[in-house]
Amino acid sequence: MPTTETEFLHEVAAGEYKYGWETNVEADTIPKGLDEDVVRLISAKKDEPEWLLAWRLRAWRHWEKLAANPEEKYPRWPHLKYTEPDFRNITYYSSPSKKPRYESLDEVDEDLLETFKRLGIPLAEQEKLAGVAVDAVLDSVSVHTTFKEELAEQGIIFCSFGEAVQEHPELVQKYMGSVVPYTDNFYAALNAAVFSDGSFCYIPKGVRCPMELSTYFRINQAGTGQFERTLIIAEEGSYVSYLEGCTAPMRDENQLHAAVVEIVAEAHAEVKYSTIQNWYPGDNEGRGGVFNFVTKRGICKGDHAKISWTQLETGSAITWKYPSVILKGDRSVGEFYSVAFTKGRQQADTGTKMVHLGKNTKSTIISKGISGGRSNNSYRGLVKINKGAENARNFSQCDSMLLGDRCGAHTFPYIEIKNPSAQVEHEATTSKIGEDQMFYCFQRGIGEEAAIKLIVNGFCKEILAKLPMEFAVEAQKLLDIELEGSVG
Amino acid sequence: MLQINNLHARIEEQNILKGVDLTVSAGEVHAIMGPNGSGKSTLASVLAGREEFEVTDGNVLYQGQDLLEMEPDERALEGVFLAFQYPVELPGVSMNNFLRQALNQQREYRGEEPLSAGAFLKRMKACAALVDLDPQLMSRAVNDGFSGGEKKRNEIFQLAMLEPRLAIMDETDSGLDIDALRTVADGVNALRRNDRSFVVITHYQRLLDYIIPDTVHVMVDGRIVRSGGKELALDLEKKGYDWIREETVAV
Repeated sequence: MPTTETEFLHEVAAGEYKYGWETNVEADTIPKGLDEDVVRLISAKKDEPEWLLAWRLRAWRHWEKLAANPEEKYPRWPHLKYTEPDFRNITYYSSPSKKPRYESLDEVDEDLLETFKRLGIPLAEQEKLAGVAVDAVLDSVSVHTTFKEELAEQGIIFCSFGEAVQEHPELVQKYMGSVVPYTDNFYAALNAAVFSDGSFCYIPKGVRCPMELSTYFRINQAGTGQFERTLIIAEEGSYVSYLEGCTAPMRDENQLHAAVVEIVAEAHAEVKYSTIQNWYPGDNEGRGGVFNFVTKRGICKGDHAKISWTQLETGSAITWKYPSVILKGDRSVGEFYSVAFTKGRQQADTGTKMVHLGKNTKSTIISKGISGGRSNNSYRGLVKINKGAENARNFSQCDSMLLGDRCGAHTFPYIEIKNPSAQVEHEATTSKIGEDQMFYCFQRGIGEEAAIKLIVNGFCKEILAKLPMEFAVEAQKLLDIELEGSVG
Repeated sequence: MLQINNLHARIEEQNILKGVDLTVSAGEVHAIMGPNGSGKSTLASVLAGREEFEVTDGNVLYQGQDLLEMEPDERALEGVFLAFQYPVELPGVSMNNFLRQALNQQREYRGEEPLSAGAFLKRMKACAALVDLDPQLMSRAVNDGFSGGEKKRNEIFQLAMLEPRLAIMDETDSGLDIDALRTVADGVNALRRNDRSFVVITHYQRLLDYIIPDTVHVMVDGRIVRSGGKELALDLEKKGYDWIREETVAV
């Protein structure tokens, strides 16, 4: 393609980031650096019980051990190239207030409310999003959670992680680290040692959560890492749909985001977890951007439990993320639906792990990767069928689309089967956005930008359709903006 | 409407069009016939603006404007329509969505308001009926899983929807059985208007039994070597292309 189409695709791939502004708010930021004192300081600032500090310290010692051993230190297998973060040069706690916790919305700084409003997340009582409860997290602290009281009437607990530690310590202590132990990996250990906040959600037995629950994460302070934990517990026969969104200001240096998400689904419970990830991806030369090293895992503990991960990944300089499901209960179901869009110099290595333990368990993986600019987009997925997983079934489909000729798409499927009754199917395709398709659109009077949007949206359609309705619209808008040559 | 003068075009290093002259007035139907590889489809592609083809000489005037200067989508907005020989599949893009965008871009270009959902639906039904196309196909992805005949009828359906000034049909008859051929031809005939011209490219005479052309042109080796009335098509049917080729060489 020697022509304008190629140039256009390059322009598309060079589109700008819309959420790059920062909020000027007085912050309580601890000095840079990481040692045991920092771990203790964070715990003290959050006024944590002794058992939690002890847990953090165990994680800290484990992390120190990993960090001292260059072979174990970082995961080496991802298809990613980057300079390892300097952990001494990061701030591990920053709160947009002298207080570690807001008692009510009146205490929240106007600028902060404005920040979330500008991001499309109004927190004020009269402006709250209908049908969606939001927990808004800025840097290390949850700013506000909407609809908390309404949800409490049904016994649903939805609050910041810090609050849960204070108000529901027995639940936190029981489940925290039960799905992702701090020994799981390097970043999971780091998170366990220094995590500052996040969201907590508990759905009691038999309750169907009447609204979408959502956490919105934003990194604001320069040089600050964000380490949040999310814990979702769905008791027997309950249902919840959960959404996570994220953005960050444009900065020249890389910012570290190392989160942990744990989901526990008891028998007949269903958890739908959707992510729209839009961290700052860095500029077109690869300067700045968020390093997104995230461990997300759910366990279908009881029979007939179901966990679905749906994600639209458009941001981050580096994405390293494999939302997984452990299918322990018989007839439990795990699903992973993903659209990952990379442009500029972004690199994504993302996929899932489906671990079948129970009988008649079933998993579905559909991954769509779109790469533009000079980006690299990899799918990496593991399907593991254990010995006792009689009649387990998996279907995987990984499709990649290339915009232009300077980007890359890769697929790394791993399959381990220890039970002969398993049925595992894997399909993969890679296509270049077709000149024929583009020309067909042109010939009907549809211009280049609109044509690319149409074709890419068509490619992702089955995934976007899995998102909750309000967010499917958001997701499509985001994808359109990402595809635009220039953004106002 | 359309005036092609001494048009030369090539793809990579191969010259395909070697001096095409053709004039089409408003309301006329011109058929272009010729053996395989004579350059008929290339002519259609060059008129529609496919970028692989490089125009090396000549010019094309469309409604008094320099057509070759326009981008492909601009040509479409100006009323040039190509019915594709091989319609392209757009997975995940519904016919509905695709056509609405196309139609509304054209309306916007002409300074008109977008068509309301109701009016769009009504028009869609009427146009689908014209070529006997199942309206159910409108909720499916563009050409995805359509049969060969459905794809071809879909092209004429879009022609009806978009109401072009100049419609170029590139071997629309190929791969159609006789019933489908008649349906397509009836559709085209219903769309003939004083201010709309057709260039019908075909390999076989049989389509011209149903779409009666004003003029028939014979293309051989990148040039139009003979033009005449509809009888010319019958001659070709009887004698094949060789006699024209021989005569041309003799000249």
